[in-house]
Amino acid sequence: MAADPREDDLPSKPPVWNDPRIRALVFQIAIVIAVSAFGYYLFDNTLTNLEKRGITTGFGFLDSQASFGIIQTLVEYSETSTYGRTFIVGLLNTLLVSGLGIVLATLLGFIIGIARLSSNWLIAKLAAAYVEIFRNIPLLLQIFFWYFAVLRALPSPRQSHDLGGVVFLNLRGLYLPRPLFEPGFGFVFAALVAAIAGSILITRWASRRQEATGQQFHTIYTAIGLILGLPLLTFLALGAPLAWELPELRGFNFQGGIPVIPELSALLVALSIYTAAFIAEIVRAGILAVSRGQTEAAHALGLRPGLTLRLVIIPQAMRVIIPPLTSQYLNLTKNSSLATAIGYPDLVSVFAGTTLNQTGQAVEVIAMTMGVYLTISLVISLLMNWYNKRKTLVER
Amino acid sequence: MSKLHIMAAGTALALLAAGTTAQAGATLDSVKQKGHVQCGVSTGIPGFSSADDKGNWTGIDVDVCRAVAAAVLGDANAVKYTPLTAKERLTALQSGEIDMLSRNTTWTATRDTSLGINFTGVNYYDGQGFLVSKNLGVKSALELNGASVCIQSGTTTELNLSDYFRAKKMEFQPVVFDTSDQTIKGFEAGRCDVLTSDQSQLYALRIKLADPNSAMVLPEVISKEPLGPVVRQGDDQWFNVVKWTLFAMVNAEELGITAANVDEMKAGTDPNVKRMLGTEGDIGVGMGLGNDWAYNIVKQVGNYGEMFERNVGKGSPLGIERGLNALWTNGGLQYAPPIR
Ligand SMILES: N[C@@H](CCC(=O)N[C@@H](CS)C(=O)NCC(=O)O)C(=O)O
Repeated sequence: MAADPREDDLPSKPPVWNDPRIRALVFQIAIVIAVSAFGYYLFDNTLTNLEKRGITTGFGFLDSQASFGIIQTLVEYSETSTYGRTFIVGLLNTLLVSGLGIVLATLLGFIIGIARLSSNWLIAKLAAAYVEIFRNIPLLLQIFFWYFAVLRALPSPRQSHDLGGVVFLNLRGLYLPRPLFEPGFGFVFAALVAAIAGSILITRWASRRQEATGQQFHTIYTAIGLILGLPLLTFLALGAPLAWELPELRGFNFQGGIPVIPELSALLVALSIYTAAFIAEIVRAGILAVSRGQTEAAHALGLRPGLTLRLVIIPQAMRVIIPPLTSQYLNLTKNSSLATAIGYPDLVSVFAGTTLNQTGQAVEVIAMTMGVYLTISLVISLLMNWYNKRKTLVER
Repeated sequence: MSKLHIMAAGTALALLAAGTTAQAGATLDSVKQKGHVQCGVSTGIPGFSSADDKGNWTGIDVDVCRAVAAAVLGDANAVKYTPLTAKERLTALQSGEIDMLSRNTTWTATRDTSLGINFTGVNYYDGQGFLVSKNLGVKSALELNGASVCIQSGTTTELNLSDYFRAKKMEFQPVVFDTSDQTIKGFEAGRCDVLTSDQSQLYALRIKLADPNSAMVLPEVISKEPLGPVVRQGDDQWFNVVKWTLFAMVNAEELGITAANVDEMKAGTDPNVKRMLGTEGDIGVGMGLGNDWAYNIVKQVGNYGEMFERNVGKGSPLGIERGLNALWTNGGLQYAPPIR
């Protein structure tokens, strides 16, 4: 930079130890070495101490037989499966309840958040009451409430409520019929996939046409028709290749069908309702952050309130909503570990609970469990950051 | 984060931290210095360890803690209790949060050999049983195919249950709770048909039901559950103190020494009694205690039989027979090596 007059004054380059770039590099390398050395020291010390105290170490236990039962397993599992398998079973159960919880909490949260801004006094106050109540009661109490409230309200298996002899509800859970796919059903799936792909193409085409010509197209109805109709037609054309396994009372309990255990329902309800209260506030804040002028401008252009909300307000509000929404998703996932209090077999209950206890390998099991929550959280963050990037202001 | 995970993380941290490991003699010294025994007990099993509304702990497991405090510190009341669920207990012991665990804990090979802990003996011989609601109309465990079963996590019960049902080719659905309170609530709410646990604890939990007569214990006993006090591995001196405290109580019963007659017996001439009560020889000193260690135990807590009858036997709401827990001289299993 010849423009800097001092440069010419300097007799020569500074000595290496005074060069700020080299210094910075040296310090960073030194810190990395120090941190790794400390990490290694901790690791080595743990192993030595475990050995001195006669506590078995290593991950060999993952291959030994677990010998305990789990009430809800999304993959094949029996008492003869390994501890490694209990990890998978627990992980899937955690993902199931968190995934469903995120979907439900988001839907409910958006509805309540928008309702709170409604010009209808009653709706706005009800939404406000919802938020204040559910946000301020500890989640664990809510879980217990839903669990024991659900249990108290339901009859014993022999006096089950039933819906047309197909769906049954009692203390032990909700029993749904299980679809049994017969050969040929694969085509129905293929039709579904084709319909979804078709809908995406139509949407693209419609929006391009609208931009070019201003003409609108009923994308939504077309897509719904396609996604429902095509698989249905295929299904009927193939002669309905589907049978149902109905739950039936055998001995003490219902057997067959798809059982939804009350622990899952209670946990899901509690997590969704609790998190929705926070999401509602985030949505409200996001919408309020969009200046009033936008709404007025949209109305002046003749957009109806619904369209204004959908096309003008929400897209802009999303930019404010997404980052805090991500934290709520992370919270919900981590809160799902309260499952263990009511016996829902999630990762913490099955793996960091029973497996840890039967094997006594606290360090390994807790490390794996923490790794899982860390990974889930990072994945959610990554996805949401990616989504956030797509939604950030694109200047035209 | 539940207490267990904080503790598990605590263990991890303790193990990560600088090189202090269990040393022989460390626990006894620290107990003498603190002036109390930190004892891990259950969160509430009547007859074994439960606290009344004033916070006074009683039970057969509590009495073992009290006996150790009497032997070491000369005062049976010098005990502080840490209530622990099944899941928390072993971690609490490993991490050094408690000096000893006396909480209906089954002696098994895995626990004894790979968890860094040692069992010191058996203060109650038990076995696993089933509690069912009477209106279920079940008379035997063999009729339980397809049943929902309430259990507590982190117990041997979980494993025995699976083994039993598998061996009998029966199906079951485990409903697993963290604490005995939740387990019994789940059973009462009808979430499960059966509650399973060590038989003695079934009797204890049954009296916690709103209507104890609505439930009954099935006749089958499906496992061996020797319950006893546990200490950390690597401190032989403390291991000996706890082990011989229990032996002293059994020997006292065998020799006919009771809390009431111990002073009289001490003045007598039987050399066995004199050695035990410390008027002859230096057995207590050899253990790092005073020679009156066993005298203090019997005087303040009583002998094994007294402890049994008071907490779980005829003198208690549980009313359990001595059965396997009778002295060997009466056809039971309670047998202690001689104090000499
Ligand atoms: N003896 C068995 C079971 C002991 C056990 O924890 N039993 C339950 C009975 S439901 C209990 O005492 N719970 C009391 C508590 O969690 O505080 C073992 O050592 O694993």
